[in-house]
Amino acid sequence: MKVKRYKSLENTVFDTVVMALLVMMGLLCLLPLLHIISLSLSSKTAALAGRVYIWPVEWTVTPYKTLLQDAKFMQAMWVSVQRVVLGGLINFVLTICCAYPLSLETRQFPARRVYIWVFVFAMLFGAGIVPWYFVIQYTGLLDSIWALVIPGGLPIYNTILLMNFFRNEPAAIKEAATIDGVDAFQMMTRIYVPLAMPAIATVTVFSIVGHWNNFFDGLLLINSPEKIPLQTYIQTLTNTNIVITSSSMTEEELAAMTSLKTFNAAKIVVAALPIAIFYPFMQRFFVSGISLGSVKG
Amino acid sequence: MQKLALKRRKVTLKDTWPYHLLILPGLLVVLIYTIIPFLGNVIAFQDFKPIMGFQRSEWVGLENFRYMFSLKDTAKIFRNSLFIASMKLLLSLIASIFFAIVLHEAMGQKVKKCVQTICFLPHFLSWVILATIFKNIFDDTGLVNTVLVKLGLASQSVNFLGSNRWFPALLIGTDVWKEFGYGSIIFIAALSGINPELYEAADIDGASRLAKIWHITLPGILVTIVLVATLNLSNILNAGFDQVYNMYSPVVYESGDIIDTYVYRMSFINAQYSMATAVGLLKSAVSFILITVSYFAADRVAGYRLF
Repeated sequence: MKVKRYKSLENTVFDTVVMALLVMMGLLCLLPLLHIISLSLSSKTAALAGRVYIWPVEWTVTPYKTLLQDAKFMQAMWVSVQRVVLGGLINFVLTICCAYPLSLETRQFPARRVYIWVFVFAMLFGAGIVPWYFVIQYTGLLDSIWALVIPGGLPIYNTILLMNFFRNEPAAIKEAATIDGVDAFQMMTRIYVPLAMPAIATVTVFSIVGHWNNFFDGLLLINSPEKIPLQTYIQTLTNTNIVITSSSMTEEELAAMTSLKTFNAAKIVVAALPIAIFYPFMQRFFVSGISLGSVKG
Repeated sequence: MQKLALKRRKVTLKDTWPYHLLILPGLLVVLIYTIIPFLGNVIAFQDFKPIMGFQRSEWVGLENFRYMFSLKDTAKIFRNSLFIASMKLLLSLIASIFFAIVLHEAMGQKVKKCVQTICFLPHFLSWVILATIFKNIFDDTGLVNTVLVKLGLASQSVNFLGSNRWFPALLIGTDVWKEFGYGSIIFIAALSGINPELYEAADIDGASRLAKIWHITLPGILVTIVLVATLNLSNILNAGFDQVYNMYSPVVYESGDIIDTYVYRMSFINAQYSMATAVGLLKSAVSFILITVSYFAADRVAGYRLF
């Protein structure tokens, strides 16, 4: 919005204060991230002496070199990549396939009401965690990558977002396509999906970020070390730290633990890197995607 | 018109089978992995043994609930969850509104865009990553303590992560830090919808900048604020499993243990499946009432409907 502002003492003072607040809030969000990056690039001694603030002290890339040779870390990363691809794909297909019929008029597809109630009920209540675990065990998914991608195969909230978007596509195009004699599947792939690309991109971003960031499924459903995804791997590493530090521990063990500080910082940076890299592309979508949520059905 | 409607052929399975077919895979996933586990909550009324399965475990009526209410922990985790979650929701809301208004008032598109980008980022980082970062920063020898001691604000380092006095505040503060930027999106959208003529009229009347914020900007987004606050109501027992699980330790169970972490530990570490499910079910019941109330209220207040 462009508003004309006249030069006056009040406006000058106000604009300066506003700008200062804005920059402060930006820095507040940035500093913790800068700190961890600096830690990962500093020497061990500087990190342990608490001399690292928001700029690396005594530059080194040794932690990253060590990390590249850490087979467990690379394996966990590979599992996460597989999970994101597989899970993202399943989410993508199921979300579109469900959102399309649900977006139709009730007279076209009377059963849509029943389906919507089932989905919304499932979304609001969710599963009890114990029965959820045992159902996954009974269906034989436990300790395989499928346990990470199938149970959450249909993100219901995303489906509703997309359904609302489909409903607001111009009716004239749909009618024209009907007159041209396209069938239900072509209607979806040729008309609905191309028109909804921004919304589909948004929900896909949500689902990919969700898969990358999830640590809980891996913690509960995976036992084999070589099948553990990255976030769970990091979580088990850093969480054992705090448990051990709080219990009795010899000085040497403690020292060995804390000397991992820069190494662990490097792990964190690498795990956050994919998000940070894709983030500028994502931003375009989720800002438009949020306004989808306010669309009335 | 009515005759025409009457004449319309009733749709049958012959017309709609492709739609059923398209929904089927998604429906199966939801039925098997959400609806059945929801129904599986009946183990709250059983003495569930994994080897016996859902059908053959012994029924014990309300025994698990009686046991649950006899434990001191139950009141504690509900109190902690309620306190942590409501403070998070309230402070995030205030911070988001504040941030949106500051962005709205600021000149200079480049700076605005840049700050906006930075402040949205934490939302997309996982708590595994952020908890490690914050554990580093708030550690005994971490950044915050180093600075506090250097500036002479504290005589010795403060044990933020291990003291019941500081831990809830740390949870709340870091969560607000993570979510305030992203939470402001809806307010930024609402602010861009305010009629600029209102500001021009106020200029002519000689209103100050603060007066304009108070009398135009805030009333302009009031409906959105009420809407967000109402919808937040349904999350008032969700204190954030991922965050708490990654930041807490046994020393701070007193102030930081929440329903979700308690249910997790009871289930998968102590193997008290039925009791844990009873606790989870109680939470679901309370949440269900709050969700229903908040959605009806949101519809009333702002005409908002999710579907």
